[in-house]
Amino acid sequence: MGASDFSNLPHIGASVRRKEDYRFLTGAGQYTDDITQANQTYAVFVRSPHAHANIKSINLTKAKAMPGVVEIFTGKDIDGKMGGLPCGWLITSTDGTPMKEPPHPILAIGKVRYVGDQVAMVIAETLTQAKNAAEAVEVDYDVLPAVVDVRDAAKGTALHDAAPDNHCYKWAIGDKGQVDAAFAKAAHITKLDLTNNRLVPNAMEPRAAIGMYNRATEEYTLYVANQNPHVERLLMTAFVLGLPEHKVRVIAPDVGGGFGSKIFLYAEDVALTWAAKQVNRNIKWTCERSESFLTDAHGRDHVSHAEMAMDKDGKFLAMRVHTDANMGAYLSTFASAVPTILYATLLAGQYTCPQIYVEVDAWFTNTAPVDAYRGAGRPEATYLLERLVSRCGWDLGLGQDEIRKRNFISSWPYQTPVALQYDVGDYLGCMNKAQGLADVAGFEARKKASAAKGLLRGVGYSSYIEACGIAPSNIAGALGARAGLFECGEVRVHPTGSVTVFTGSHSHGQGHETTFAQVVAARLGIAVESVDVVHGDTGRVPFGMGTYGSRSISVGGAAIMKALDKIETKAKKIAAHLMEASDADVEFSNGEFTVKGTDKKVTFGQVALTAYVPHNYPLDKLEPGLNETAFYDPTNFTFPAGTYICEVEVDPATGKTRVDKFTAVDDFGTIINPMIVEGQVHGGLVQGIGQALLENCVYDRETGQLLTGSFMDYAMPRADDFPEFKIDTICTPCTHNPLGTKGCGEAGAIGSPPAVINAVLDALKGVGVKDFDMPASPSRVWEAIQAAK
Amino acid sequence: MQVQLKVNGKSATVDVPPNTLLVQVLREHLKLTGTHVGCDTAQCGACTVIKDGRAIKSCNVLAAQVNGSEITTIEGLAKPDGTMHPMQAAFKECHGLQCGYCTTGMVMSAVDICTHHPKAGEGEIRELLEGNICRCTGYQNIVKAVVKGQADMASA
Repeated sequence: MGASDFSNLPHIGASVRRKEDYRFLTGAGQYTDDITQANQTYAVFVRSPHAHANIKSINLTKAKAMPGVVEIFTGKDIDGKMGGLPCGWLITSTDGTPMKEPPHPILAIGKVRYVGDQVAMVIAETLTQAKNAAEAVEVDYDVLPAVVDVRDAAKGTALHDAAPDNHCYKWAIGDKGQVDAAFAKAAHITKLDLTNNRLVPNAMEPRAAIGMYNRATEEYTLYVANQNPHVERLLMTAFVLGLPEHKVRVIAPDVGGGFGSKIFLYAEDVALTWAAKQVNRNIKWTCERSESFLTDAHGRDHVSHAEMAMDKDGKFLAMRVHTDANMGAYLSTFASAVPTILYATLLAGQYTCPQIYVEVDAWFTNTAPVDAYRGAGRPEATYLLERLVSRCGWDLGLGQDEIRKRNFISSWPYQTPVALQYDVGDYLGCMNKAQGLADVAGFEARKKASAAKGLLRGVGYSSYIEACGIAPSNIAGALGARAGLFECGEVRVHPTGSVTVFTGSHSHGQGHETTFAQVVAARLGIAVESVDVVHGDTGRVPFGMGTYGSRSISVGGAAIMKALDKIETKAKKIAAHLMEASDADVEFSNGEFTVKGTDKKVTFGQVALTAYVPHNYPLDKLEPGLNETAFYDPTNFTFPAGTYICEVEVDPATGKTRVDKFTAVDDFGTIINPMIVEGQVHGGLVQGIGQALLENCVYDRETGQLLTGSFMDYAMPRADDFPEFKIDTICTPCTHNPLGTKGCGEAGAIGSPPAVINAVLDALKGVGVKDFDMPASPSRVWEAIQAAK
Repeated sequence: MQVQLKVNGKSATVDVPPNTLLVQVLREHLKLTGTHVGCDTAQCGACTVIKDGRAIKSCNVLAAQVNGSEITTIEGLAKPDGTMHPMQAAFKECHGLQCGYCTTGMVMSAVDICTHHPKAGEGEIRELLEGNICRCTGYQNIVKAVVKGQADMASA
């Protein structure tokens, strides 16, 4: 079925209220920490208090004698018995050498490299006993100098023997010679230095896991707050523990948000699985918030220099970018791909910039590993490009809208100079709609009204593009991916016509149980209530790559569509037999099979029953049953895009910046459930505006201690930090998946930070502030105003 | 020590160490796992319950301090037949939740806000929700849900 037929089906485009809500609203959700297993013990990890130190000795004598202690493991117990945590993407440096991949041990062996690095695992009968024993573990450290800032990394004490200068890789894309030649001929060059501040993901459910082992069946089970249980199992079994996959079941039950931070295979997950067999007990571990600040993979942390060459009319001729990316102390699961494949390839944005050259240096520092966080590389690209584009406009005396309109891509497909081919879009359409919705015509009047109150008003634009549903597997493989990028879906039609769908995608807030049910109900002409969606269990779902990168509907949904194609094909054969017609003459719509040119019909329910009670059935040609599985590997990324317009009011006396209006117009292609899509946009916007105004992860530059290690120190966005957002969409359906969808999960977080900072800069132009980086906290804004005086 | 409580209308007596938090009694002893723990600094509000008619953060109170109190948790909000409280229904109707983790505390705070500030407007509701952090929804639909829940509670 094609995307245009699909979008006209019933249930598609309907704001169906969510099937999952009742359990969440009544306290019946089952998050990992809500689950208690028989014979359960509790684990606590002893963590490094130092950012960088050699471990001289560990004395467990006192701790092991504490009440309730079952066992304590340290690096010595695992050394040589298992691999380290793997990195899922190989980046090759410009000199042809592979990136430096130092070992990432499950428990520290000889050395700790960031505050929070796990040194020992204490298992006891109760949580209190485990905590008490953990405090009695004596570790003697030889403290080394720490380096936390990416700009200091090359001069810092080496973290790893394999990377003596702390350099992980140097990677580049684009034609440097052509770019340099274009710069030589340019009428104008605009230059900008930018810092993309480090963030802590802070999903509201802290990480948690329960490791289990059954000696009788030799089977392991891991309950874990995770976004992709099959990937977790694959990485853990094949790369770390060397276990056969059929003996390991990973279950990600209700998961309280992820935003990327729960994609990765973490050391604790492996340690619990392994230790469950060693002690022959079930072991639960629940991360405390302060522990999750230290140990969840962080996001962003780039320092960049960008230059744009333009002709006399402001047409972009070439762009040059250098970025230093902070990897943290170890390479997390997809860390290496974030500042390269997922970043530099997006730097063409929505513009016809014919030449782009990007060079990226990645560095190890004594900080928590940095990996994908809502947007993963694309927010970093968008922040850089959209800041640079607005600056280009200001430098040339052009409006932020005008400089964009002069450079917008206007025909598709469009091949960028940084590898991607955009299939479809309407960037001007988004801009026009956003400008109308934002009432840009009224801006000058509002600015005057603000000025009358002593406040500075500014407007900021951002026209972002993102690439979702990373694919296809073979090209990604050629670029260094060590995993497939397809998705799997199984559609099981039951004898009475109700359906269970098994998807490799995972919902941790996105509402798949509803959206995917709408897709199936629409195709089969049945009620949404007749479809249940199962996800998050390697024991029930055939396979899956999980949920990240806004891929679920476009890749996971497409796999379900393929399975539905197979269901429809087989069901038509059964219907043809029942109606004594030829297969080719059977048509299916609204849950009914009919024969062309006749009034014969059978319902979907009749066909389902016949498939399982095959008395009147072509058994010689067709198997009984109606249960199909499909795998879908996309032929290209999808490319959601949009224009965001932000208006801020800055109080120059205090530096307080208030977002007064925020308008977002996105092109997500086909929308299945507008209510859910709007919710995704709202959440993304708050995370993006949060980065721009509030959030900042800070390590002490000397000691490497995390200074923002709790909700008391790290400013999480709260309800009264925001106005009501105005959002809308346009639709150019994706041309290469059967739904026409593009994905909406990350857009808000990608597009909003530069809109906010451009607005702040616009507001501060009059007081002489030319440059400013996130976050626009009152103290930083006030200091910028004072410095400009 | 023994702590006596009335939780969701039922008497409960637990024997716990004196340093036990109310949230531990609810989750671990009474198996009421709808009350969640999202932080360790009493900032996020995921553990919000209603004690003697006022919302409190159950991670920040010793069980001993609430001895003799009446506690309502998220599990006690719906009718015995399972029909949701108007505030729960409003959260569903307005899509005021995504992952569900902060939701239970958010709903308890919302009920408290509407009980004690029945006339609160949108801006005031945003301020009153300061003690509850949500990472998914961007708050817009939560605010919408509280406005609707407020009206529905008043007319219920």
